[in-house]
Amino acid sequence: MDADLIDKLMRLAALRLEARERELLKDNLVKIVHLIDAMQSADTDGVEPLDHPLDGVQPLRPDRVTEAIDRDRFQQVAPEVRDGLYLVPRVVE
Amino acid sequence: MTDARFATIADIRTALRSRTTSAVELAREHLDRIARSELNSFVTVCEDDALAAAREADKQIAREGQSGLLGVPIAHKDVFCTAGGRTTCASRMLAEFVPPYDATVVTKLRDSGAIMLGKTNMDEFAMGSSNENSYFGPVSNPWDATRVPGGSSGGSAAAVAAGLVPAATATDTGGSIRQPAALCGISGLKPTYGRVSRYGMVAFASSLDQGGPMARTALDLRLLLRHMEGHDPLDSTSADVGPTPREADRVGLRIGIPREYGRDLDARLGATVDEAAAVFEGLGHERVEISLPHTAYATAAYYVVASAEASTNLSRYDGVRYGHRTESPADLDDLYARSRSEGFGAEVKRRILTGTYALSIGYYDAYYRKAQRLRRLVRRDFLDAFAAIDLILTPSTPSTAFEKGALVAPDETKDPTVMYEQDVYTVPASLAGLPALSIPCGIVDCLPVGMQLIAPHFGEDRLLALAESFQRATDWHRRTPAL
Repeated sequence: MDADLIDKLMRLAALRLEARERELLKDNLVKIVHLIDAMQSADTDGVEPLDHPLDGVQPLRPDRVTEAIDRDRFQQVAPEVRDGLYLVPRVVE
Repeated sequence: MTDARFATIADIRTALRSRTTSAVELAREHLDRIARSELNSFVTVCEDDALAAAREADKQIAREGQSGLLGVPIAHKDVFCTAGGRTTCASRMLAEFVPPYDATVVTKLRDSGAIMLGKTNMDEFAMGSSNENSYFGPVSNPWDATRVPGGSSGGSAAAVAAGLVPAATATDTGGSIRQPAALCGISGLKPTYGRVSRYGMVAFASSLDQGGPMARTALDLRLLLRHMEGHDPLDSTSADVGPTPREADRVGLRIGIPREYGRDLDARLGATVDEAAAVFEGLGHERVEISLPHTAYATAAYYVVASAEASTNLSRYDGVRYGHRTESPADLDDLYARSRSEGFGAEVKRRILTGTYALSIGYYDAYYRKAQRLRRLVRRDFLDAFAAIDLILTPSTPSTAFEKGALVAPDETKDPTVMYEQDVYTVPASLAGLPALSIPCGIVDCLPVGMQLIAPHFGEDRLLALAESFQRATDWHRRTPAL
């Protein structure tokens, strides 16, 4: 768990931490990885990974429009909108 | 002798039917107790809406009589979306979030006539076992205010235990119904994965999350489940099975006691579970020792699967569509990173980064796929065991309620994995998607102890029937804190 890996994880997770928070997090992650490394002693050769606890499969529904998107209602909870558009900082100069 | 504060739903229904109380009177009494409570078990109280709904319920009772949950006050864990009512998940990220729709559980319970008094406190995004990870502050255990109520459904558990509501909704990903139910001396049911719709339940780990009820008795849990369960076309993982049946009580059930579950357990808690097993023997059931050999790997596999799913689910919080948004971002990356870093608490960040690690290139097979393989082995252990037994009995928790601050420090310097071990008895059934409940079975050092019963998939009837028979034979569920 070195500084480069922490940087990479934070970039992937879109998180940014202060130096002290980062150090604590690194210590925490070392302990968490130690906990989850307990798995490595188990023999799982030939065992199929389990995605769904009841081996469920994605059910399909008829290909019909059943729901209308009520843009105004959903955008009431958005931090910044204008003319029905979500606002973000300028991406293209 | 019954203290009205600790009335069960069954008691309340009787009182409403005999007109010795009204829905409005009940709502007022409970709202008054909530207002005077210092447990911090509620994030939001909905007094006006509750009283308006109670007035409607009284009209309906006058017209048609009481049925279902009509007029019964309840609370929802603040993870269930309530249209027009703030739903925070106890996070700064959603502190001002007002959902545009209701969770299916909220709709169903409203349709059954239940009166929602408010939204209960919890660990942020349901991540925690002590309710100390809440943006709105910790919840106190009604049995001892210096101690935690457990988590993540700590607010629901404390509110029921303190008589602020007779029942509350909760959710369980790795033990978040059963562990706080045990630490607060109440009854809590995690149904089979898919029994209760997840629509409108803010997602933590989608292959594990399951909503369920908390109440004072198994009988009340059954009634609540009837009004929460059912196939929901809005949740593609909701099971298309019929309602939980009510079959005749059976004697001669074989109750498995897994030998792997005794380790790290306070001996006095172990003794209460032994005594419970003896009660079951006295009721005509048989105790059988069983082995669930992969139990030792369950906690590790759970934290990988749950964190991986959490890191994916929580990527939706970007400061753009809803939730917390940072001030004056320099660019788009700055908007995402600062909104998320300000909006999430320390434990949520740890889980996101753990999940990101387990899913990243070079670690995916060693962690995520490995955990899913172990998940199958943990489930296989249970299914093999259920070929020869009917139910499994275990402790719910390794200890009684612990002191606030014992496992979480404000400066985040404590080892987080010590808290993770609190779920050691509850995560295996979660990984396997099995129904499980916790009911009170003893008192140690003036604090309640819970036992866990686990059934095969969709075996809620058997689970509840056995719990009901235990509660007819004992009075642990009637013990209440001195308030």
